[in-house]
Amino acid sequence: METIKNQSRRDFIKSSAAVGGGLALGFYLPGTVGVAQADAGGGYAMPNAWVKIGADNKVSILVARSEMGQGVATSMPMLVAEELDVDVNKVTVEFAPPAEVYINSLLGGQITGGSTSVRDAWEKLRKAGASARMMLVAAAAQEWGVDAAQVRAENGNLIGPSGKRMSYGMAAPKAAQMEVPKDVPLKPVSAFKVVGNAKQKRLDTPQKVKGEPSFGIDTRVPGMMYAAVAMSPYLGGKVKSYDDSRAKNMPGVKAVVQYSRGVAVVADSYWQAKKAKDLLRVEWDEGANAGLNMQKIWAGLRTASEQPGAVFRENGNADEALSGAAKTVTATYQLPFLSHSPMEPQNTTAHVMADKAVIITPTQFQQLIPHVVAGATGLKPEQVEVQTTYLGGGFGRRVEVDYAIDAAEISKAAGGIPVKMVWSREDDMTHDSYRPAGLYTMTAGMDAGGKVSAFRFHSTSPSISARLFPSIVKDGIDPFAVEGIDNFPYAVANTKMTYVMHDSGVTPGYWRAVSHNLNAVALECFIDECAAAAGKDPIEYRLSMIDMSQEKHKWSGLSAGVAVGPRIKTALEMVRDKSGWGRTMAKGQGRGVAVMEGYNTVIAIVTEVTVTPNYDVSLDRVVAVVDAGPLVHPDQALAQMQSCINFGQSACMWGEITVNDNMIEQNNFDMYRVARMNEAPKSIEIHWIKPAANQPPGGLGEPGTAVVQPAIANAIYAATGKRVRMLPLTPENIRAA
Amino acid sequence: MNITFNVNGKNQTVDVAPDTPLLWVLRDTLGMTGTKFGCGKALCGACTVHLNGMATRSCQTPIGSVAGQKVTTIEGLGMNKVQQQWIALDVPQCGYCQPGQIMSATALLAMNKNPSDADIDAAMSGNICRCGTYPRIRAAIKAAAKA
Repeated sequence: METIKNQSRRDFIKSSAAVGGGLALGFYLPGTVGVAQADAGGGYAMPNAWVKIGADNKVSILVARSEMGQGVATSMPMLVAEELDVDVNKVTVEFAPPAEVYINSLLGGQITGGSTSVRDAWEKLRKAGASARMMLVAAAAQEWGVDAAQVRAENGNLIGPSGKRMSYGMAAPKAAQMEVPKDVPLKPVSAFKVVGNAKQKRLDTPQKVKGEPSFGIDTRVPGMMYAAVAMSPYLGGKVKSYDDSRAKNMPGVKAVVQYSRGVAVVADSYWQAKKAKDLLRVEWDEGANAGLNMQKIWAGLRTASEQPGAVFRENGNADEALSGAAKTVTATYQLPFLSHSPMEPQNTTAHVMADKAVIITPTQFQQLIPHVVAGATGLKPEQVEVQTTYLGGGFGRRVEVDYAIDAAEISKAAGGIPVKMVWSREDDMTHDSYRPAGLYTMTAGMDAGGKVSAFRFHSTSPSISARLFPSIVKDGIDPFAVEGIDNFPYAVANTKMTYVMHDSGVTPGYWRAVSHNLNAVALECFIDECAAAAGKDPIEYRLSMIDMSQEKHKWSGLSAGVAVGPRIKTALEMVRDKSGWGRTMAKGQGRGVAVMEGYNTVIAIVTEVTVTPNYDVSLDRVVAVVDAGPLVHPDQALAQMQSCINFGQSACMWGEITVNDNMIEQNNFDMYRVARMNEAPKSIEIHWIKPAANQPPGGLGEPGTAVVQPAIANAIYAATGKRVRMLPLTPENIRAA
Repeated sequence: MNITFNVNGKNQTVDVAPDTPLLWVLRDTLGMTGTKFGCGKALCGACTVHLNGMATRSCQTPIGSVAGQKVTTIEGLGMNKVQQQWIALDVPQCGYCQPGQIMSATALLAMNKNPSDADIDAAMSGNICRCGTYPRIRAAIKAAAKA
């Protein structure tokens, strides 16, 4: 998608709305998405949607992805600056408003997720930078009456013949009127100066280290009030009635209002709102889920799993081959609900007026907000201005727009005043959209030598997309529910893979690496079981069965889309060598491996654990080999791998959300345990595979999260002989295995 | 009621209920939003400030108990050596927990000039980071100790 236009800002809004977005997954938001962001009224010129140049020569780069730690507020400007020829350390970063021009071509919406930011931007933003530079050059050439070939751009300046010189700022107004170049040649990778710079620092570190206001929760606008909310503790519950007689008389309270899913207290400060909220007496209608608990949820999943399910990948005849196999191995993995729990609780500042609304929010999906806020307030989408702040973690939680709708409803109900709604940690953890729980049953048929001739995969889990993007669910298959297994990396003559969609009553959400965290976790534990059954070394066994074909998958989702056997082989061999695989370990220690392709990135991980006689596990060492293609921002690519390992460790070792009496049981970090400093591995080594020529970047925000989990489970098996098929890997579950 | 306390070297008088947590006085009353709300129960450390030099969870510290005392927040560190190393090693990812991490690390180094890994674990395990910046936090503390 190339939508670089020569136009004023207002025209840009209009015409960009007419440009179609990528529809890789068939998802499309119809209609105009309005950009109500105030026009600065001059002072700068925009050669295109990504570059703003002030008369003072100040260059701003618009970042259309949300910064939630993964570094897009640096990597996106690096891509533009490489071709624009400006010092990336001097540019101002602005988060882009919702507009079709900013649609993520891999997702079909202006969404930050799916480890797609760099993949989508790799060419697009370099072309944006190059196109703007060419227009600046053309403007200077016209100004000087020389040929464009006689003008070159250099670090924010245009240099012409006989000492002619002009800053970008001087050329920008004319440049914005120049014809948009059709042919935009790009520098070869070998000529990069900015992209791939190992010394590049994050642009947002100083402000974050100084504690400057950055996040949604830090928002302060004139006349702003604070809202604390009472939401149904019951899944799917609604307000039946409420008594606010005590709450409304508390100091500082301005209003008590009902909104779609609760009751809000609006006050002069958050603490006043919160104290008054605690005095509300709300009677809840429990709704259709009354009495829901884990026994019922697992029983429902088990019953559903008896259905044949929808076939999403099949070759040969797995059933026949299984019945004729010398040996079969079968196992069912049971994986729990997980919470996102970003450190910044959900919040939004909303100001809903008669003819316009301003929504300031930490969101991963700004494009959807005008539509849903319009629906909730009666305004038109183009009357809704959205400002994206920095996000205090996202992990998929902020693809949901629920909290922005809530704040808009509260602002409107409170009389159209600006309101900052802040959730407590308890609100956040009990009103999450959870990584779905599921059952993953696998059977392998092998010959006497342990070679797998048949593989059967059958999963049962809720569909996230059926709730959020139903149009992408086809023939019973949610592409996001089969990722991490539809790209099954092993060569097996007879395979059959099926998926049963089952709604368990708990809202499922996209959680970092989504179903890679389910399918690939189960698969890589199971392959380890097969290796053990065959009496083979887990790495050599995997190496012996890699699919080296180039077969294209039917459901390729966000993965490479084709078999990537040679890359997997290289990663496994390298992790074997780098980790010292095979070295003897002390009693109580174990080493485990796992490998996966996801988001067009191949990762192989070896972990080392120590397990005490009481089955307490410490993760001692993690060695990862990563083939992610070219790295735009190498140090932050490393940070993403460190991040994924931490997130996956928390998930598989302790992560579990449970339901009892139709309520989420965990509501804070004392009950939902996450890794802390003393539990983080003392050694994490990341090794990068040199990219092949013309290899595009793979995603890095998510895949490691999935790969580290089976590597830990397999290490626990190596240490204890216990094959844990019910996660998390707590002492209780290890003992019971 | 009026409560006077010292924030980053300056006396401040606020008119709030004495049970109001210091966290919300800093954030809402004084507009100093560097100190973060994470859990409200002293479980995550995002709200860590220094109270008379000691690392303290401001979400569990009623303002009434702070009258006449000295509070230092992230805004008052003035780019100390911990912050400098945080920048040198690009520690933050999302950055939300980092003011609390920096306050805990600064307090640690004030008491212990050369902390061991075990000392770092003990001082820092009350601060949760969901992005997984722990390896860089550890390295930055060690670098700051040497600086």
